[in-house]
Amino acid sequence: MSQAVSKTENVKDDVVRCDACPVLCRIRPGKAGACDRYANVDGVLTRVDPLVISDRTAAQGGDLVPFLSGSEGWNGSVAAPPPVKPATASFVTGVGAGTTYPDYKPAPFIVSSQHDGIDMVTVVTEGIFSYCGVKVKIDTDRFLGSEQATVRVNGEAVGHVTTAEYGSQMLSIGGVHHLTGGSKKEGTVTCDTLLALCNKDAVTLQIDDGAEVVVQAGKPPVVNGNPEERMRVGCGSATIGIFAKQWQGHCDEVIVVDDHITGVLTEHQAGRFLDMKLSGIRVRGRKSTPGRYFQVAEPGLGWGGTNISDPLEIIETIDPKTAWPGLRLLMVSTTGEHSGWYVLDENLKPQPAAMPAPVKKVVDRIAENCEPSLCTVLFMAGAGGSLRAGVTENPVRLTLSVKDRLTRVTSGGAPVYVWPGGGITYMVDVTRMPDKSFGYVPTPALVAPIEFTMRREDYAALGGHMDYVIQLDDVLRGQRLSRQEWRLDNPWPISKPSAEEQP
Amino acid sequence: MSGPQAAWLGTEAGGGRRLHMQHGPIDLIIEAFGAEDAVIKAYRQAWVRFQDILTVLVGELEALRRPLGNVHPLFRGPVARRMAEACWPHRGVFITPMAAVAGAVADEIMAAMLADNALDRAYVNNGGDIAFHLGAGQSMRAAVVCNPEHPHLDAIATLNSTAPSRGLATSGWRGRSFSLGIADAVTILAENAAAADAAATIVANAVNVDHPAIERAPARSLRDDTDLGDLPVTVTVGVLPFFAVQEALSSGTAIAQDLRRRGLIQAAFLSLQGESAVMGGEALLEDRRRIAG
Repeated sequence: MSQAVSKTENVKDDVVRCDACPVLCRIRPGKAGACDRYANVDGVLTRVDPLVISDRTAAQGGDLVPFLSGSEGWNGSVAAPPPVKPATASFVTGVGAGTTYPDYKPAPFIVSSQHDGIDMVTVVTEGIFSYCGVKVKIDTDRFLGSEQATVRVNGEAVGHVTTAEYGSQMLSIGGVHHLTGGSKKEGTVTCDTLLALCNKDAVTLQIDDGAEVVVQAGKPPVVNGNPEERMRVGCGSATIGIFAKQWQGHCDEVIVVDDHITGVLTEHQAGRFLDMKLSGIRVRGRKSTPGRYFQVAEPGLGWGGTNISDPLEIIETIDPKTAWPGLRLLMVSTTGEHSGWYVLDENLKPQPAAMPAPVKKVVDRIAENCEPSLCTVLFMAGAGGSLRAGVTENPVRLTLSVKDRLTRVTSGGAPVYVWPGGGITYMVDVTRMPDKSFGYVPTPALVAPIEFTMRREDYAALGGHMDYVIQLDDVLRGQRLSRQEWRLDNPWPISKPSAEEQP
Repeated sequence: MSGPQAAWLGTEAGGGRRLHMQHGPIDLIIEAFGAEDAVIKAYRQAWVRFQDILTVLVGELEALRRPLGNVHPLFRGPVARRMAEACWPHRGVFITPMAAVAGAVADEIMAAMLADNALDRAYVNNGGDIAFHLGAGQSMRAAVVCNPEHPHLDAIATLNSTAPSRGLATSGWRGRSFSLGIADAVTILAENAAAADAAATIVANAVNVDHPAIERAPARSLRDDTDLGDLPVTVTVGVLPFFAVQEALSSGTAIAQDLRRRGLIQAAFLSLQGESAVMGGEALLEDRRRIAG
């Protein structure tokens, strides 16, 4: 991993004068200074710290306890050494670990540490994955493209639209066929796209006969230039279902305007169940089942993803035989962003009125239930083949050990989901991994960190490279470490996985 | 520009309390054992002493990078004086005082920790060049890793208060400094860290053989401000045939034996491509090398 720190004076021939300490090294391009901490990367003084260590301190106050009591340098007093406990625990991630391809050689780091008095071993490596890709979940109800439509970056096919999920559109990007099965350019562009998505960078995707969407892990999607903000609470029908009871007694009719399915409370199953009296208000569009209407308007940026700005436009008729003067009508969108309160006058015409507080409360609750719209990127890869040989001389035993939950698999310290069935095919949320966890090789294939943690005796039993086990302390004494705070939302990996965590 | 930094290293449950001090290329890991007051005093004195170590060294850097000749150089800084003293016995071959810089810094900090202070045990580890303090009846063990890319405990050195060694240093072509030789690791036990550091450099330079699998380049072509000028330093070492490994190891061992006879070192461990040689007291330096896969 590296990070540009400053553009120092360029001495000559791209030699950089490092000003990080009094030694003032002159560093040639591609070389490091005397400390090995700073290097000249393309003429820019860059801090280089390849191996990421995640530390968990009891207070999560940081990985290192400050030595001085004050920050103003030496003032004659020094803080006492920290108490021996609470201890800092460290976990060595595979980020920057390198790999030992071909993997009949032991993995780069086989680290021994203790957890609750039990000797644990973590095999730390970086996998080179040609069978890999990402599944992207985009929280939007907008049409992005038909199922199976090709997803492109700069014109090259990098993936496809897959089955839509509730409130979200799903894309499958990458995979071995795009990486190595097509043209060289297709492979390169796919690899670049995967690398960017996995490293939490933004990528612009074009979908054949569909939208252009900017995707970045953990950020709202931008569809055709419009940033999404909130997911709807559900479709109009679902909204009726969720809130029917809370409206009962306060409203005579509720219409939830939605581009997908508009709901009408008294006609809807939920209203029928509550014995609500039919209002006789009929909306436009195509009736699906009672109280559920498709296509009440065109898609747009108005109410509930339609092009409607005056909600009364979607009311087709009000049946005088059923409706009555004084009937109380709520119109609301599926995000709660738009709402209107109406009372029918003597001519059964809806007249705007002040919304009663109990009704307003439910409208606000709709908005409250709309979660922020996000893109999520799950990296998926199969740790099959020779990678396992870096862990053990008998690879199938590693697979079995993972299935038996004796071995915990993590990726950059983040928890993974291991697919049932053969092999070690796993998925990981890239936002739970350290920044810049991923690399690539020109094959093209992605390089991702992977760690296998198990009890020492279990490691021995599966034919582990016991001669190569080193103590955690010895790793921590190394020069090129990057220490990071442990993410509290990730389970501590140096322990046995539970049934819930890993199937 | 950043000044000296210090931080406590995360402590393992039941383990000691280690202080990390860093300034530019100097990385020290320090641990003291003994009465609580004495330990705190030692850490405090180490930190005070550390403040100007690098800046004073840099002030005499140009002279420190010059090869030793027949005239003993005169330096003002106490660390520089330690460097010159440690390298002076080796002036028959090419050496600059920089060969002992890491060990000399470790010795200087150790001396500061012990000034008007009594500790049971202590060490100052300067990137593998280590100064030890051992009170009566105390001992310490240090492990040697020959190849940091495949970390593996290759040898264990045990230091006892009854033996004279208080310094341990390791040199090899993969390390941070350039080497003229091809040793994966040469570990030396000597009376102090500076002496061990200088000797490790000399012996590692001597572990050498001519073979096309060895790539060398003038030091100056790799780093501008090197003290080695146009001397050919090792860039990579390919797989060598057995006879070449043996030849290189034996020429290194000959030099190590010579240093030991002159009383400059107590023990040496030499390692090259899976083969190793131990010289001077297997009790001190126990060969733990296993057959690598």
